[in-house]
Amino acid sequence: MTTRDTADHPLVQLSEVGKVYQMGDVQVHALRGISLAVAHGEYVAVMGASGSGKSTLMNIIGLLDRPTSGSYRVDGVEASQLSASRLADLRNREIGFVFQRFNLLPRLSARRQVALPLFYASMAPHRAEQLALEALTRVGLGDRAQHRPEELSGGEQQRVAVARALVNRPNLLLADEPTGALDSRTGAELLALFDELHGQGLTLIVVTHDANVARHAHRIITLSDGRILEDRPAQEDGINS
Amino acid sequence: MKILKYLRTAIESLALHKTRAVLTMLGIIIGVTAVVTTVGIGRGAAANITQRIQSQGTNLLTITPGSTNSGGLSNGGGTARTLTVADAQALLDPSLQPRPGLVVPDYTSNARIVYGDTNTQNSVVGTTPDYVTVHSYAMGDGHFLTQDEVQQQAQVAVLGATLSTELFGTSEPVGQSICINGQPFQVIGVLQTTGGTGFNRTDTQVFVPLEVAQSLLFNAPRYRGQYTLTDMTIKVANIDQMTAVQNQVEITLRLRHGLKAGDVDDFNIFNQASLLQVADQVAQTLTLLLGAVGAISLLVGGIGIMNIMLVSVTERTREIGLRKAIGAHDGDILLQFLAEALSLCALGGLVGVGLAYAVAFAVGRFPSAPFHVDIQPDSIVLAVGVSLISGVLFGIYPAMRATHLDPIDALRYE
Repeated sequence: MTTRDTADHPLVQLSEVGKVYQMGDVQVHALRGISLAVAHGEYVAVMGASGSGKSTLMNIIGLLDRPTSGSYRVDGVEASQLSASRLADLRNREIGFVFQRFNLLPRLSARRQVALPLFYASMAPHRAEQLALEALTRVGLGDRAQHRPEELSGGEQQRVAVARALVNRPNLLLADEPTGALDSRTGAELLALFDELHGQGLTLIVVTHDANVARHAHRIITLSDGRILEDRPAQEDGINS
Repeated sequence: MKILKYLRTAIESLALHKTRAVLTMLGIIIGVTAVVTTVGIGRGAAANITQRIQSQGTNLLTITPGSTNSGGLSNGGGTARTLTVADAQALLDPSLQPRPGLVVPDYTSNARIVYGDTNTQNSVVGTTPDYVTVHSYAMGDGHFLTQDEVQQQAQVAVLGATLSTELFGTSEPVGQSICINGQPFQVIGVLQTTGGTGFNRTDTQVFVPLEVAQSLLFNAPRYRGQYTLTDMTIKVANIDQMTAVQNQVEITLRLRHGLKAGDVDDFNIFNQASLLQVADQVAQTLTLLLGAVGAISLLVGGIGIMNIMLVSVTERTREIGLRKAIGAHDGDILLQFLAEALSLCALGGLVGVGLAYAVAFAVGRFPSAPFHVDIQPDSIVLAVGVSLISGVLFGIYPAMRATHLDPIDALRYE
């Protein structure tokens, strides 16, 4: 996807998005008509109780799932029009994922974990390893590049996951309960890193049920029963410019 | 080859579960070893049989008495008593075209042989001096029957190597006297061992002048006043004329025996070259059969791979989901799992070929082994090729399963 004028259109634009799961005989409405726009450079927290639909929303925004109704335009392109292969390309280049449980591959060095998206982008291996090292340095793990996940602490593992999400220089970072498996100190360090990345112009959408995490965002969207309950700017705490 | 890109990932994934990978490979290893060694054994045995037949000469025609018919009932081979010394002489007629070559008549039967207190029952062959030439036998000691000894019906005998050892042990046999069916014979020579087994019993036989066997020892039946024969061997001078000579012999003998157009031959002509052909065919069938048995075990090995790969896909659902989330296309996932199946098969195939060579080497170390394992490059190419193909065939289904996993379900999978 080519770089576009950021002022042109929102990075993420959902109109009346609905998602219905068929569970046996019962239809489960995970999302009921979500309309939402996230501009380039925003830092958004999505909150809500479990079952409110926030994970489904994140999967749709992350192009892992398709809505059953409504329209989703990512950087101006209608997602429902795209082939599976094109969606894979977009996940690779435009979106970075950070999961609650890191989802690192076993026994692979941090450097190669981070280089994985570049492997799927068919980049030459030596160039990929170099970019991976740069990304690790960016998250403060430049000296741990040869370590395997089992040799890293939880906080370090999540930083590796963040480096992997960032290595292909995406426009959007999606994080699903990123501090859920971390203690409060390493959680705070990760959030400081997010703040820093946001300061560098990255768009972040963080799904969380933790108000302390949401406090770092500039905009908090609260979901309930598949609908947007509240969409408000966060209290400015002077953390970011 | 795009799949090479995934080879490193594949090998790393396999290295995560070394025991499982080795156990999976075991099927392929055994399959490839089985195919390569069994085909090798088949070929080795075929070469052995061919060599044995050839060592006796492929240009031999053997004529044996045929069967008599009584009221339309065949009495079985050898029941006819119509093959005589005169027939053998007739085949030497210089007017025959093509000329058959060397003709050796013999009369063979069992007799009791005694030396000192050693007493055996063995086959005694009454024949002529050309016998050793026709069968390419070599003398170990003394000389074979001479023309004079045959004509004078001398009571002399030549022993096969094994029989000689049996009677005389380590002492010198030539010049000693033995008894055959109560008649004294002087030993004039011992044959070198021919190493033959089965239908070739030369090493345990005794050779005496033809007429001595026919008259003195066995009182052979006569046909039209002539002593009959149990065998006649013809060494054809020119191997290209085997068929022509065979026809010539058949016509000559039919005429001499007064057979009419519709009558069946009262003799059989046995062609060594056609025996070789039959042996070759048998060996080929044998090799095919053994190879097929090996191929079945390869198939079983392939199914083992599919089984383990399916388990592996289920286990690694999260990994597949993650790879998709960070941008892996369906093709990437497919090729990664195919590369794993292929690596298993390629590695298993290589180990299997190595094992097959080890077996061949081990068998070769035993000089008494009745065959050797003859491994040719084509059987290796075949076995490894089949194992790679089975890797693709049996790897593709698990790979497709992995490809079709929904990334969200995959990520959520516990």
